[in-house]
Amino acid sequence: MSQSNMSNYETTATLETFGFLPKFDNAEIQAQIAYVLANGWSPAIEHTPPEAASEHYWTMWKLPFFGETDLGHVLSELDACHRQFPNHHVRLTGYDNYTQSQGSCFVVFEAR
Amino acid sequence: MAEKSYQAGVKEYRDKYWTPDYVPLDTDLLACFKCTGQEGVPNEEIAAAVAAESSTGTWSTVWSELLTDLEFYKGRAYRIEDVPHDPESFYAFVAYPIDLFEEGSVVNVLTSLVGNVFGFKALKHLRLEDIRFPIAYIKTCGGPPAGIQVERDRLGKYGRPMLGATIKPKLGLSAKNYGRAVYECLRGGLDMTKDDENVNSQPFMRWRDRFEFVGEAIQKAEQETGEKKGHYLNVTAATPEEMYKRAEFAKEVGSPILMHDFLTGGFTANTGLANWCRENGMLLHIHRAMHAVIDRHPKHGIHFRVLAKCLRLSGGDHLHTGTVVGKLEGDRNSTLGFVDQLRESFVPEDRSRGVFFDQDWGSLPGVFAVASGGIHVWHMPALVTIFGDDSMLQFGGGTQGHPWGNAAGAAANRVALEASVKARNEGRQIEKESRDILTDAARNSPELAIAMETWKEIKFEFETVDKLDV
Repeated sequence: MSQSNMSNYETTATLETFGFLPKFDNAEIQAQIAYVLANGWSPAIEHTPPEAASEHYWTMWKLPFFGETDLGHVLSELDACHRQFPNHHVRLTGYDNYTQSQGSCFVVFEAR
Repeated sequence: MAEKSYQAGVKEYRDKYWTPDYVPLDTDLLACFKCTGQEGVPNEEIAAAVAAESSTGTWSTVWSELLTDLEFYKGRAYRIEDVPHDPESFYAFVAYPIDLFEEGSVVNVLTSLVGNVFGFKALKHLRLEDIRFPIAYIKTCGGPPAGIQVERDRLGKYGRPMLGATIKPKLGLSAKNYGRAVYECLRGGLDMTKDDENVNSQPFMRWRDRFEFVGEAIQKAEQETGEKKGHYLNVTAATPEEMYKRAEFAKEVGSPILMHDFLTGGFTANTGLANWCRENGMLLHIHRAMHAVIDRHPKHGIHFRVLAKCLRLSGGDHLHTGTVVGKLEGDRNSTLGFVDQLRESFVPEDRSRGVFFDQDWGSLPGVFAVASGGIHVWHMPALVTIFGDDSMLQFGGGTQGHPWGNAAGAAANRVALEASVKARNEGRQIEKESRDILTDAARNSPELAIAMETWKEIKFEFETVDKLDV
């Protein structure tokens, strides 16, 4: 391949899982929440100012929604968190109490 | 003379060591051997000989046996079974009392089970197919230094397989140029990179220089991407002293992980290093050079599922398992069988996966399955399906062979991975729909589009040599 056809790859700051995909639309966000619920994981919402994004602990929005089965409720809580902290990243976690890990974790809203 | 005492010996084995009425204890260590005897020797005698020679027996009765209770210590052949589609061989099941083995020592277990018995003349071939470790024994082993759950928490990576690459060319780069290749992969989107197993401390790149440059590459990539990064610094060395010295320095330069070759380095070195990693908060990646020498022949040696179980006991946070789809040998069901042994807390007997015993792992942490060797973006949906989230997918040539370089190659793989995971979560059949999923993802990623074009014709379709007996 000649040099002129070669693209220059710029490093980008990314926010882990799904950080390399285009921003999810509403339907895509809902599909991922549905996956968390279908696995029986507890959805939880966390937010942080961008400069603290690489720290392990982000601030919790309320408590994890234990036993939640209503996708719409999770979605409205995500929106509420995003409205209150528009300059923060907001992520959704699916807590898996069997593995004591997180079955899913991705940033739903990036800071404005 | 030799012929006569050989006959006598075989007969005596059967009398003492063939015990078809025996019901194995929960504390017994159980083994399944595939035996191929010399012609004319009955299967029960061979099974008994295997039990004897791998436990208390010797070829002749000795007076000092009467000073102990060998009935308590002996191994017992308690079952034989036909091997499907193979009239020449049979399975022998042997139960060993737990007191035959030193606590926490897979070295001691293997020295007994696959020691002298493999050279036994009454056998043409012998293969150790599986071991059931009793939970009582497992509780004496340290196991993985961190395990899957702790590694994910340290690195903050969830809900997907991790991505890696072995740095190429595998031999001959200077330390500074090598660090450049690492940095390019990590900044482009890989989670980890890996020393090739052949890289120790050769004249072209001494270990200390490599560690320093790689340490800088990791820090820089972390600062620029905001994600946690690592490089498996290979500390496999000629002596344990040298190995620990390198491990200390790997920690000092800030790598979260180091690497060991457990078969060429040996289980003693591996267990010691795993203990060191646990005490020092380091992750441990395990390579498996030499395994195919031991595990590939269908009738002789040790099946890899046994080596994998031994590694989980000895300690390691990642273990290479083959790819199923890439350039190296690996049957799909058989691979899934030992991947379960690495990651699950209980694995039931399943002959369709080559699993001969129920295996309770108790609270021993899980090990990431590593798929590495001849894989590229087109394989991604299949790899995500086969290996699931708790795996490390490594694309060496598949990253660094990208026409635009390592960073673009890394990004292509990361996009393909995330698109596959996203589609799987949405309930799509990602192996069947792989072309659509990747093609869609490539619309937003010119790096992926070029990668798909580059590797579209590469396949490795050869028959597996070691097939499951089902």
